[in-house]
Amino acid sequence: MTAAPEHAPKMAEASLRDRIAPHMPVLLVPLIAIAGFIAIQNPSSWLTLTVSGLAMGMMIFIMASGLTLVFGLMDVINFGHGAFVSVGAFVGISVLMLLGHMTEAPSLMLNLGAILLAVIGAMLATGLMGWAFEKVIVEPVYGHHLKQILVTMGGLIVVEQLIIVLWGPEEIYILRPEALKGAITFAGAAIEKYRLVAVGVGLVVFLAMRWVLRRTKIGLIVRAGVENGEMVQALGYRLRLVFVGVFIAGSALAGLGGVMWGLYQEVITAHMGNHAMILIFIVVIIGGLGSVEGCFIGALLVGLLQNYIAFLEPKAALISNIALMVAILMWRPMGMIPVVKAK
Amino acid sequence: MIRTLLSGDTPRSLPLALILGVILISLALAPFLFPGVRTVDTAARICVFIVLVASYDLLLGYGGIVSFAHTMFFGIGAYGVALASTHMGRGFDSIAVGALAGAGLAAALALVIGLFSLRVRAIFFAMITLAVASAVAVLVSQLSSLTGGEDGLTFKTPRELGPAFKFGKEAFDGVLFGVKLNGKLLAYYFIFFGALVLFLGLLRVVNSPFGRVLQAIRENDFRAEAIGYRVVYYRVAATCLSAAVAALAGSLYAVWLRYVGPDTSLSMEIMIDILLMVVIGGMGTMYGAVIGATLFVLAQNYLQNLMGAASELTSGLPLVPELLNADRWLLWLGVLFILSVYFFPTGIVGRLRNNG
Repeated sequence: MTAAPEHAPKMAEASLRDRIAPHMPVLLVPLIAIAGFIAIQNPSSWLTLTVSGLAMGMMIFIMASGLTLVFGLMDVINFGHGAFVSVGAFVGISVLMLLGHMTEAPSLMLNLGAILLAVIGAMLATGLMGWAFEKVIVEPVYGHHLKQILVTMGGLIVVEQLIIVLWGPEEIYILRPEALKGAITFAGAAIEKYRLVAVGVGLVVFLAMRWVLRRTKIGLIVRAGVENGEMVQALGYRLRLVFVGVFIAGSALAGLGGVMWGLYQEVITAHMGNHAMILIFIVVIIGGLGSVEGCFIGALLVGLLQNYIAFLEPKAALISNIALMVAILMWRPMGMIPVVKAK
Repeated sequence: MIRTLLSGDTPRSLPLALILGVILISLALAPFLFPGVRTVDTAARICVFIVLVASYDLLLGYGGIVSFAHTMFFGIGAYGVALASTHMGRGFDSIAVGALAGAGLAAALALVIGLFSLRVRAIFFAMITLAVASAVAVLVSQLSSLTGGEDGLTFKTPRELGPAFKFGKEAFDGVLFGVKLNGKLLAYYFIFFGALVLFLGLLRVVNSPFGRVLQAIRENDFRAEAIGYRVVYYRVAATCLSAAVAALAGSLYAVWLRYVGPDTSLSMEIMIDILLMVVIGGMGTMYGAVIGATLFVLAQNYLQNLMGAASELTSGLPLVPELLNADRWLLWLGVLFILSVYFFPTGIVGRLRNNG
C-alpha cells in the first residue's frame, strides 16, 4: 500500500491576468474610448464622437434590455421586439405632434414636459401591446424555439403592416422640440443637446434597472428565475406572472427606446424597429443572453465603435459591428457576461 | 424508376400526388399551355423559388435551424453569374464559372457563420444570420462600382438563351403548337431542368442517412449527440449545402432575368416570402416547397389584383379599404403565417398526408 500523497497546500496569489479577467468586459469600454482617442488624434472631434457614441449606445441599451431579460427568464426569444420600437416611436411622435404648442415654445420645461407625456403615451401603448403580444402570440409556443422565432417574426410583419394601415406608408419627418435643437460647445467640441439628454435618460434607466434587480424582492425573484427557473417555482413563486410582468416592462422600455430613437434620427418609418433589431441582436449576443450588465456594456461598445469607425473609415462602419461581434464571440463564445446556463 | 428518381420518398397521398403531378406537368409545358410573356415569367419564377424554398426547407424543416441569410446566399449566386457575365463576356462558360464561384462563396460564408454560431447554440444562428444578411445587403448597395448599387446590373446571357435566337426553321417552320421557337423558350427549359435536377438532388440528400441524422438532431439534439453523432458537424454541413443550393437557385434566376439588383435577390421581403412558402407548404417535406412556392407566387401575381378590387368595393367603409389595399397583402400573409404555425405546423403537405 502506498502512502497518501503528502498534503501540501499552496497559497499563491492569483495572477494579475486572473484578477482582471472578470472585469475585462467593463474595462473594454474605456479601452475602446482610448483607442479611439489615439486613432482620431483630435480631442474635440473625439469628444463629439464619444458623446454621440454613448448616446447611441444608451438608446440601443434601452431597446435591448427587455429582450435579454425576457430570454433569460423564460427562454423566449422574441423576434418581434422591433415591433414595439416602431409602435413606441409612432405613438410617441403622434403625441408630440398633438402637443405642438408645447414643443414649439422655447422653454426647456415645456419641451421636456411634452417629451415626458409622449414617452408615457408610448410606454403605455407598447406595454399594453406587449401584454397582448405575450398572451396571443408567445404563450402558445413556450419551450419551442423554432416556433417562437417563426411566430414572433410573423407578429412583427403584422404589426408593421398595421402601422402602415394606421399611419400611412410614408416616412414621417419630425422636428425636435425647440430647446433640444442645436448643440452646445464644450472644450471646442460641438455636442448636440439631444444626445446629452439621451445619455442621461439611458443612465437613469440602467441605474433604475440595476436597482430593481439588485435591491428589491421582485428583482431577486427575476434574477433567481434567470439562474434556475424550476427552483424558483418549486419555492412557490409564480414565475409565469413575473415573466408577464417582465415582458410588459421590456416592451414598454422598447417603446421608450423607440421614441428616443425616432427623435434621434428625426424620421420614423414602420420598418425602423426591424432595422433597430439588427443592432439589438448584436448587442444582446455580445453581452451574453440574459445579462443586463452585459447588454449595457455591449450597447456602449457598439455605439462607440460605430461612431469612431464612421469617422475614420466611413465604408467600414457597416461591417464594424459584425467584426466586433465576431471578435467577442471568438474571445467568449457565450457573450461577455453569460448568465443563462445552456438550457 | 420514379421511386428511384424520388429517392424512395413518394408523395404517399393520392391528392398530394395529383397536385404535384399537375404542378409538374404545368411547369414542364408552361410555354405551350400558357403562352404569354407574363405567364411564362411566372412559371420560371415558380421553378426558381421551388429550389430556393426546398433548400431552405433542408435547413428549417430537416435541420431545425432558422436562418435569415438565405436571400444573401441566393443573391450571392445571382451576383456571381451577373459579375462573371459582365467581366468574362456572354457565354455558358461565364455562367458556369459565376454559378460555381457563387455556390462556393456561399458555402464558405455559411461555414464561417455556422462555425461561429452553431457551436454555441442554435438560436444564435438566427440572430447572427439576420445581422450578417442586413450588413451584406447594405454593403452591396454601397459598393456601386462593383455591384451597380441600387440599380443593379443588367448583363447579357448567351445568345442561345435570348429571344433573338431562332431555331427549328426547317423542321417546324420556327413554330411548334403555335409557340415561337426562340431562345426565350430554351432559357425557360434551362431554368426548368436546372431546377428539377437541383430539387431531385435535395430530395436525395434528405432521404439519405445524412438527412435522417439531421431529422434526429431536429427532434432531440441532446440524444443525437449521445448516440454519437457530431451535432455541430451535421448542422454546419446542412447549412453549407443549403447555402450552395440557394446560390445555384440565385444563378438560375439571374440567367432568367438577365438582371440582378438588391430588390430581386437580396431584400428582406424575399426572406419573408421564403419563410411563408416553407411554412404554408409544410416544413420538413420537400414537397411542401413545391406547393408552397407555387401557391405563393401565383397568389403574389394574381391575388393582389383581387385585393385591389375588394378594396374598391368597400371604399365607403372606414379603415376597411386600407386593410384590403393590395399593398397590405403582407398583413394577411402574416396573419396566415402565424395561424399556420399554430394550427398546421406540418403545412398543406402534412395535412394531405395525414388524411390520405
